[in-house]
Amino acid sequence: MADEKKIGAYLCKGCGLGDRLDISALKVVAEREGKAAIVREHDFLCDASGVAMIQADIDTQGVNRVAIAACSRRAKTEAFGFANVAVSRANLREGVIWVRPDTDENRETTQEMATDYVRMACVEAKFMNPPDANKAATYNRQLLVVGGGVSGLTSAIEAARAGYNVTIVEKGAELGGIAAQLYRQVPEHSPYSDPQDTGVAELINAVSNHKNITVHTRSSIAETDGAPGRFVVQIAAESGTSETKTFGAILQATGFTAHDISHLPVYGYKTSPDIITQFELEQLTKAAGGDIIKRPSDGKQVASVAFVQCAGQRSEQEGHLSYCSGHCCSTSIKQAMYFKNANPAIDTNIIYTDLRTPGAGGEDFYRSGQHKGVTFTKGQVTSVKAEGGGVSVKFKDLILNEDTEEKVDLVVLANGMVPNSGLNIDDPTSAEKPKSASILNLTYRQGRDLPQLKYGFNDSHFICFPYETRRTGIYAAGPVRRPMDIAQTKEDATGATLKAIQAIENAALGRAAHPRSGDLSFPSFKKEGCTQCKRCTVECPFGAIDEDAQRFPVFNESRCRRCGTCMGACPVRVISFENYSVDSVGQQIKNIDIPEEFDEKPRILMLACENDAYPALDMAAMNRQEYSAFVRVIPVRCLGSVNLIWITDALNSGFDGVMMMGCKKGDNYQCHFVKGSELAHMRMSKVDDTLKTLSLETERVVTHEIAITDIHRLPQLINEMASTILRIGMSPLKF
Amino acid sequence: MNDTSKPIDAIRKMSMSAGNTAMIERYRNHFLKEVTDNVEEGEWVNMCMQCGVCAGSCPLGNAWAHPPQEIFMMIRAGKREEVLTSDSMWMCTSCYNCIVRCPRKLPITHIMHGLARYAERLGLAPKNQPTRKFAMMFWDNITKTGRANEVTLGIRLYFMHGFVNGIKTALKMLPVGLSMIKTKRMSPLGLVAHSGCKGKNDITKLLKKAREIEEARMKKY
Ligand code: SF4
Ligand code: SF4
Ligand code: SF4
Repeated sequence: MADEKKIGAYLCKGCGLGDRLDISALKVVAEREGKAAIVREHDFLCDASGVAMIQADIDTQGVNRVAIAACSRRAKTEAFGFANVAVSRANLREGVIWVRPDTDENRETTQEMATDYVRMACVEAKFMNPPDANKAATYNRQLLVVGGGVSGLTSAIEAARAGYNVTIVEKGAELGGIAAQLYRQVPEHSPYSDPQDTGVAELINAVSNHKNITVHTRSSIAETDGAPGRFVVQIAAESGTSETKTFGAILQATGFTAHDISHLPVYGYKTSPDIITQFELEQLTKAAGGDIIKRPSDGKQVASVAFVQCAGQRSEQEGHLSYCSGHCCSTSIKQAMYFKNANPAIDTNIIYTDLRTPGAGGEDFYRSGQHKGVTFTKGQVTSVKAEGGGVSVKFKDLILNEDTEEKVDLVVLANGMVPNSGLNIDDPTSAEKPKSASILNLTYRQGRDLPQLKYGFNDSHFICFPYETRRTGIYAAGPVRRPMDIAQTKEDATGATLKAIQAIENAALGRAAHPRSGDLSFPSFKKEGCTQCKRCTVECPFGAIDEDAQRFPVFNESRCRRCGTCMGACPVRVISFENYSVDSVGQQIKNIDIPEEFDEKPRILMLACENDAYPALDMAAMNRQEYSAFVRVIPVRCLGSVNLIWITDALNSGFDGVMMMGCKKGDNYQCHFVKGSELAHMRMSKVDDTLKTLSLETERVVTHEIAITDIHRLPQLINEMASTILRIGMSPLKF
Repeated sequence: MNDTSKPIDAIRKMSMSAGNTAMIERYRNHFLKEVTDNVEEGEWVNMCMQCGVCAGSCPLGNAWAHPPQEIFMMIRAGKREEVLTSDSMWMCTSCYNCIVRCPRKLPITHIMHGLARYAERLGLAPKNQPTRKFAMMFWDNITKTGRANEVTLGIRLYFMHGFVNGIKTALKMLPVGLSMIKTKRMSPLGLVAHSGCKGKNDITKLLKKAREIEEARMKKY
């Protein structure tokens, strides 16, 4: 491709654009101000002849920058997806004519909007380059699975069957994890009436016999270096030997540990052999070959059992888990059936505060338990104590509203699960912890294990990004991600494995993974200007940036999600993408015409997140929600990519207001890049100082959290901003 | 109803002896099992999921000592005495609100009547509960001839609470009674002669047989 940049600008007259706008005037703008070498109009640009017209210019006229002035960049992406050229879009339909009233007195301001957008699209095209795939991309079809329980085994067999090679690293001596020690599992299939075999033996068998699966037992990960497509992992065996292997992606399936409640006196755990945990009951039943277990203290036949739900869970009290482990209610029902199925005369009482049986068959299984005569009592347990040759359970019956007591032979406690998630990298002391405390021992600058979302689980956002973690190419599956039972775990592991396979394939092509999947651009950085401030290495939400020996940032493209947070962070602006840079946006801002103060036409700049705010604006337009003609919208990859220079430049050049529209931040964030919106809000808190030095009112810059559903709120916010400007007056910085 | 209680005397004695449920028997299956075996639709009691919809739906629920949800929990908790001597299930008006709404499809209304009937069999039902009294009057009245005698039933009912009250009620109901006579819904001759249905004796035999079947089915507790 020639180095010469040749812009072709194409204006569409379809969808009412030709009726509402003066297209000839816009052509002149594209030519004179936008410096487009070729400018053409078309009745329906997105139809075959329109697309062919553009393609012909690319093929024969050497056009390599295409500016399309038509609909939103979110529409007609296939028609206007020209290969090997940079494409920019002026949003004249959703961004202009659909949000403005079609009246004579509005014609002028509507045309002004369109004029600005055409100019902006031309200059954006000029400052964009078509991205090339990462040259260092590597194809590695090996998947590392850490953990050999049900999640790890399921993942391994799924990946192997899909044609990938798998290495399982298991800390223990055997495969199968906790599930291998269960007597039966909660049923996965209709009619959901009785406990079923766990199938773990078959799973182990299938994995052990698969030629593409290698198993390392009694082993752990001593170090993980690299990035998707080129992970270099040291596998250390207990025996002291070590082996280095390379992998395309990693799946962490490290499962859970039973919550230790021996420090909670109410439940009397460990004060009597007849007060046991759910897991211990499984082990005892399995050891008894499925026969009803004898009372551990004296070998007496068990005639009555009480199950205490939420023992040490779902409470904010010290030493309790604040979450629900999800499986325990169904597990207790299953265990009560062990007794009832063998001898219906055995009394089984499940004492719960809220019975929760998630999953398709949960309710049927609950009913089956009731049919079998399991008693369910809504009560809050206040003490469990060995007493007079049995165990006394004191509780408040929440239906009968009275304190009561039951004497039984055996008590089973639903103590819950704690994830085996390794180090909490947000804890400053984690860096000093020994290798054995970490699961992955990543060499990443931001810490040795996967970031934790909540309660120590390795998750990132369970609605927006199921299976994703905040480390590209490393996926968490099973109870280490959130509490779950065997059936859910298998499903989870299968989903995460597919994600890992996608990561392997994307890394091979040098493309981004979710949410900008397929994106070929990646951040490049100019070492010359870098002041080693480390902001990018600290702020990258995905730990993509390491440091070299001289403390310069090292970008690992295949770990990068292309959010641009680093670009927004860099104070000396040396980070950019081929098709998205400080210039590609900055120049658009500079090319918005600022009318004279006395024209009384303020200008508001809106930087809108392309994931939620921009689509919401498009939808507002589809609903013909009108908003002020004084706003100019520029989509950004993430609010985190907004560099402060854009704001200061805008204010300096006479913009009257700046609006930043990002996703929800904080604990229940909806930011597609996890931290972007939060970082932007933090950075913007510093804008006030800038405003003060410029003697501007602080109201001139606002930051909002927007959800994709805010299609009525967004136009309102724009109009509010317009009235704020009216109230505080025009910016004094217009020239 | 008196005659029904006779063959059950033995059973009643037995059950009375087990009457005081010790703390230690709480939340065991004994009473639940008894209800399952002996109460009409009693096998449903354990299917209740304690959602409270019935208690909230019953138009009279808040006037009772124990709404259905609570009765079911009391059964599971083994509160035999308290349940069977309760007047709560006698309060049910058979409006069927609860049945329609119960997410677990429990035939709650029928269980209420089943429990009341079982308590009556065991002689544990509260003696002066008005619904119970009326039920007995009605039963006596109808089983005698196989057809209700509105006149005698009305008189017994009105005079249940003494002579003065009886007169008062009778005067109040006079217009209704006259219209009933006019439309041939009631015969004033009922006071002296009530024809009943054809085959009165068959009715008596039928009821006797039914009772025998029921007795045979009753499990001992
Ligand atoms: S901040 Fe975003 S764009 Fe920059 S390296 Fe990290 S993931 Fe990539
Ligand atoms: S509505 Fe049904 S399930 Fe709910 S408390 Fe009443 S009987 Fe039980
Ligand atoms: S049928 Fe009886 S128990 Fe059910 S709502 Fe009506 S009165 Fe209450």
